[in-house]
Formats: sequence, structure tokens, C-alpha cells
Amino acid sequence: MYQTTYHRASSVDEAASLFAKGTEAKFLAGGQTLLPVMKQRLASPSDVIDLGKIKELQGVELSGDVLTIKAGTTYFDIMQNADVKKAIPAIAYLTSVLGDPAVRYRGTIGGSIANNDPAADYPAALLALGATVKTNKRSISAEDFFQGLFTTALEDGEIITAVSFPVPAKAGYAKMRHPASRFALTAVFVAQTKSGEIRVAATGASQSGVMRVPAIEAALKANWSPAAIDGVSVSASNLLADIHGTAEYRANLVKVMAQRAVTAAG
Amino acid sequence: MSTVKLTVNGKAVAVDVEDRTLLVQLLRENLNLTGTHVGCDTSQCGACVVHMDGKAVKSCTMLAGQADGANVTTIEGIAKGDELHPMQAAFRDNHGLQCGYCTPGMIMSAIDIVHRHGGELDEATVRQELEGNICRCTGYHNIVKAVLDAAGRMKVSQAAE
Repeated sequence: MYQTTYHRASSVDEAASLFAKGTEAKFLAGGQTLLPVMKQRLASPSDVIDLGKIKELQGVELSGDVLTIKAGTTYFDIMQNADVKKAIPAIAYLTSVLGDPAVRYRGTIGGSIANNDPAADYPAALLALGATVKTNKRSISAEDFFQGLFTTALEDGEIITAVSFPVPAKAGYAKMRHPASRFALTAVFVAQTKSGEIRVAATGASQSGVMRVPAIEAALKANWSPAAIDGVSVSASNLLADIHGTAEYRANLVKVMAQRAVTAAG
Repeated sequence: MSTVKLTVNGKAVAVDVEDRTLLVQLLRENLNLTGTHVGCDTSQCGACVVHMDGKAVKSCTMLAGQADGANVTTIEGIAKGDELHPMQAAFRDNHGLQCGYCTPGMIMSAIDIVHRHGGELDEATVRQELEGNICRCTGYHNIVKAVLDAAGRMKVSQAAE
């Protein structure tokens, strides 16, 4: 790891002002991605601003039909949380198959979505549920937030403070886990909103990061059942292909994971 | 350079380190607690697991500064004098190690698993929960046996306290 200067912020405002003073600063949430990347010397921030001790970034609130998870809440705290389990159990499940126990103690939802890894889990949940990302400057819809591989709508120095999820009528998540990295080889989040809209998002599949799958949404709109997806064809063009799986394999996984997610959603 | 103040195995320490220092480097190189190992250095293998404020974390994937003010327990801090921790004793009795490289991390993760699941542990749960710890010798079989054995012993020793 290259030299850097470590700062611990005690509030979001302090973090923002520390960032502004750095020449090439980076925010550190749980560090489960940033630190490995710094160790590989793929990132060399002049300053690291630790958000881990900021109290206003911790916690979960359920208010009516909106579940709000503050950005610094760890995976462990999310999967254990009674409101998460009650309102959107698919999010608790998604979190329980993310990383490993030690990673789940440290990693945070804000860190995950700010990084926007194309095979990360949370982007699929945000996109399928129509979540809103709250920052210290504005609110951004999930649709506008995720902008391709490792790219988001966040401006330099902007800090995610929370994610708000509308509580759906039904939701489910299914993931083909890469056994070593534990990232999604392909995973699908399906949701039926309370107004009856069907939204399906796949992660780990597309070269452009998390994506909606309109063909599966249409099939499920007509008939909410795993069998409804049998006849859908998912195009392999623009899907990821690597030593772990071809684009055609991932295209098939999108269907199979969507079917399993519908089964899980009930 | 920054001064990191933390409690390690019950002892308050203050260590001057470069800001880029990882917690595992502080433990091994500044405090000479070399029981905590660096295996993969990519947060996959779990050889570096220690407890921070009661939670099993990968000390190779934390800056030392992030542990400022924390209470850290390493493999050196779990025995009571000459009396092994029940998890250590169970690993010995069940032949839960061969080369021993992964063992400190395995034991620290395993204690955390027992703390979280208590007497509800079964083989499938242990295997799933140990996914962040890699062993290249044992095939895991005796490690799982040791964790299940220790879960029973820890319950008994808790009940006795």
C-alpha cells in the first residue's frame, strides 16, 4: 500500500470538509473493497476519510411503507435487524449470502453501492425495489444512481447517508454464488410493488453493471409464477463472459435465478 | 505517523505507526503477537482473524487507525495461563490442525460462531459459517468436529461460571 493520511470523521459535515482539503481523498466505509484495492496499489488516495464512527450514519428505520437503512450500517446489523426481516425479508436474505461472516461485520450498504461492483448484491435490490439513495446533497433514484461498471451518479466528495426502500408486496432474491469470491456469478432480485408494478434486476450478468430485465418483468406481469419465465429469451449480447462462465451461460442464469427468486418471494 | 491507542488482550497499548499500517501489521510487527497470520492478504483466507470489540474481523483488511479505541483479542489472549481455551483444547483433541497455519484464524472465527449460535450449532451451520476461513491440510472434517465439540464445552463452562 502506498502512503496515505488517515482521518477519522465524527460527522458527515466534518467528513465532507476533510475530503475537500485532501488532494485526492477517498471515503472509507467498511473498507472491505477499498483496502484490498489499495493493497493491490490500484488506488492510492492521498487521504482516507473514515466514516466508520459517524453515529448519524448508523441504524435502520421503518416508517409506514418505507424502510430506511443508514449508509454506515454493517451487513451483519442489517441481516439481524428486526425491521428489515419484517418489512423486506429478501434484503435480510441477500445480506446473509454476501461475503463471509468477518466481511459482514465490517462491510456497509453505503460502501457497497458507492463502489457499484458489477457483481455486487445490493445494486440489484435497490434497482428492483425502486429505492432512493440519500446523500448529503440530494436524493437520487436507484435508476439514476447506478451508471455502469464501478460508476455512480455520486459527485466528487458527495457522501451517501441512507438508502430508502419502499416496502414491496412481495420480493425475492436468488444468487449463483462464485464459491471463492462469493460475489454473484449472476443473481436476480424480483419485486412486486404495492401498486402492482413488477420489477426485476440482475447483477453479475451485464457488462454495464446491474440491469433491469424487461422481458422477465413482462412475463411476470402476465403471470407471477416461475413457469411464466420458461418461454422468455434473455439475450447474451452485452453480458459478461470470463473464465467462470460464458455470456450464454449467464443469460440462462438470469432466467433460472429469476425463477428461483419468484419461488422465494412466494 | 499517528499514535493508535487500543487494548490488546486486556493490556492498553499506544503504538506509533504509519497511517497505511494494517491492524495485522501493528499486531505482528509492533506488538510481536505473531500468532495472528497473514495468509492470502486479500481477505479471502481468514488466517488473520482477530476479535475487535467482540466481533471476528479480518485484521489484514483494516487500517490500524480504524482500531483506535477498540478492544482487540488475538489468539495469544484466549487461554487462561496454562489452561487452553475450550476451542483450543477441542482443536487439539480432535486433531483439528495439521500444519497449523490457518489455526489461529480458525479458532478466533470458531469462537465467534459459537458465541452467535450457542447450543444451536449443527454441522451444516459450522461448515457454512467457516466459509471465510481456508485450510489447505485437513479437508475441514476435523475442524468441524472440533468446533462442535467446543460448542458443547463452552456451554458447560459458561454454565459453571
